[in-house]
Amino acid sequence: MSQQDPVNTDSAATDSAGMSPREYWRKNITCVLWLLVIWFVVSYGCGILFADELDKFRTPGGGIKLGFWFAQQGSIYVFVILIAIYVRFMNRLDAKFNGKQG
Amino acid sequence: MDVQAWTFLIVGLSFALYIFIAIRSRAGSTGEFYVAGKGVPPLANGMATAADWMSAASFISMAGLISFMGRDGGVYLMGWTGGYVLLALLLAPYLRKFGRFTVPDFIGDRYYSSTARLVAVFCAIFVSFTYVAGQMRGVGIVFSRFLEVDIEIGVLIGMAIVFFYAVLGGMKGITYTQVAQYCVLIFAFMVPAIFISIMLTGNAVPQLGLGGEVEGGMHLLDKLDGLSKDLGFDTYTNGSKGTLDVFCITMALMVGTAGLPHVIVRFYTVKRVKDARMSAFWALLFIAVLYTTAPAVAVFARTNLLQEVPGKRFEDIPKGLQKWEESGLLAWADKNSDGKIQYTKGKAFNGQPQFKEKDGERVLGDQGQGLLTNDVVEGTNELYIDRDIMVLANPEIAGLPDWVVGLIAAGGLAAALSTAAGLLLVISTSFAHDLMKKTLTPDIDEKRELFLARVGAAVAVVIAGYFGINPPGFVGEVVAFAFGLAAASFFPAILLGIFSKRMNREGVISGMIVGILFTASYIIYFQFIDKGAKPWFGISPAGIGTLGMLINFAVAFTVSRFTAPPPEEVQRMVDDIRLPEVTEN
Repeated sequence: MSQQDPVNTDSAATDSAGMSPREYWRKNITCVLWLLVIWFVVSYGCGILFADELDKFRTPGGGIKLGFWFAQQGSIYVFVILIAIYVRFMNRLDAKFNGKQG
Repeated sequence: MDVQAWTFLIVGLSFALYIFIAIRSRAGSTGEFYVAGKGVPPLANGMATAADWMSAASFISMAGLISFMGRDGGVYLMGWTGGYVLLALLLAPYLRKFGRFTVPDFIGDRYYSSTARLVAVFCAIFVSFTYVAGQMRGVGIVFSRFLEVDIEIGVLIGMAIVFFYAVLGGMKGITYTQVAQYCVLIFAFMVPAIFISIMLTGNAVPQLGLGGEVEGGMHLLDKLDGLSKDLGFDTYTNGSKGTLDVFCITMALMVGTAGLPHVIVRFYTVKRVKDARMSAFWALLFIAVLYTTAPAVAVFARTNLLQEVPGKRFEDIPKGLQKWEESGLLAWADKNSDGKIQYTKGKAFNGQPQFKEKDGERVLGDQGQGLLTNDVVEGTNELYIDRDIMVLANPEIAGLPDWVVGLIAAGGLAAALSTAAGLLLVISTSFAHDLMKKTLTPDIDEKRELFLARVGAAVAVVIAGYFGINPPGFVGEVVAFAFGLAAASFFPAILLGIFSKRMNREGVISGMIVGILFTASYIIYFQFIDKGAKPWFGISPAGIGTLGMLINFAVAFTVSRFTAPPPEEVQRMVDDIRLPEVTEN
């Protein structure tokens, strides 16, 4: 735990930069939930549950059935992108919270 | 220079590099020993995490495993990468903000209980030992296959190397050797993959080669599907496992990955919360390089195999494959005595190949194949093939120069050693920090604690080596255990600790205990006691951690509603880890 004063998210105390801890946390959770929805849809949806339906389509070039592609490659690319988006979003949110322009 | 000389040279050079790095980065304090002084740059931490995570199994066995499973192999590809999304979004930044050294530290402090800490210590040590035995075995196997050294001696050499940099350098030494090991292993994996991709599809990027066309304008995967069907195998691109089972295994692997202590602890080694997020990104990117290549390697190797072997005489199959018959990775029982290899679905014979021997020499058939003493089983398949051959034989099948074979050996060793070192560190830290300093002997000074950590690492190396030389017969099955337990214990406990302020000691301890007991009994029953039994709802033991996790959540919630909320200062701590640190620059 760092040395900074504990901040109580339940109070509506507003940070000098105009974002309360509560608001920061709410935005964080919203971002994470959206990304997890995509995470779930891509891997469990496209790669497993609907893979057979997606197999009727193929990747550009026609080489790989789409469901198979999601299960073996596509989902992994999406995972990398999801973390990249998260890193960017949170870095900006942190900067805002700390009163700097992101 | 022959293959053997190249292999010795490349492996020797890579070992010299690891030792050099270890000497340069000795640990002087417990902080350096446990978490590398929290000063690792995100890029380096990403590489170290990738090497830490990708084990001998990822490097040597995974592509082969997939090539025999077809689409169902996706459970490993998605399961062992998707966990990083959970780790990056739900755990890593908060654990870094919390600080300290270990996972049991977090559980002990957040749930204000030494019982919770001890449960966590037990799980961390159990999970890590399960895993490390397999790594040491992997080291021995690579040595014996490539350098024709006894497995025992191979394990001893591996032990000596790991001992050197883990005991001396702690996390600091491990981190920078892991960076080097990542470079070695990824280079070794990619070079043959790229060449084979060019050979088969004309595309230098294996990931794209997977969707490429073979000679004659047919898509590679369509060709493989056709070959599989003609020979009586399942179509490669269709799955044969039940959907619920695939779902549960993938989930258990993902959640288990996110809950593995040796991976989590890597995120304690960076300077800021920001860096923890960034290293998760780098880690997955570096892992993805291998994990998106593996399915391509699987398809290339499978296509080669189905084209080059069935219907051929043993003496006519590629030399690269024949060579591995001597190591017992391949064996042929000519059941119908037609002199040709029949390869189709089903087993050729029971168990691993037992070659007929006379005066210590193998008795050979008329085509130079080893004759077998195994009892053949019903069915027309005559070929026994170990899945590891898919990666090991790649360079020779692709006709690559001898040094590439040496590279594969060095890569396999890098993968095994880097993972082993990370696991050994968790064991030593759990012992010196969580068990001794925090629980049994709180008044020892730092010097003494550092000494204990070194002793812990040393003892762990010896135990791991012992299991490497005398592996319990069930190493493969036990891996399901490691993931199942991590999924059913750590992941829910940490997640609830961050995201539920109301979660208390009573809830989490009962959740962890019920989760572990359920998962462990299911695995023990269906894996060891009654192997043939039909599992519940078709969920195999590898996937049961998913159910264990849900049960953990349910129990934790219920119990916590009926017991006192956590004390004020713990709730304040939770508030604190949720917020970004105040930036200094």
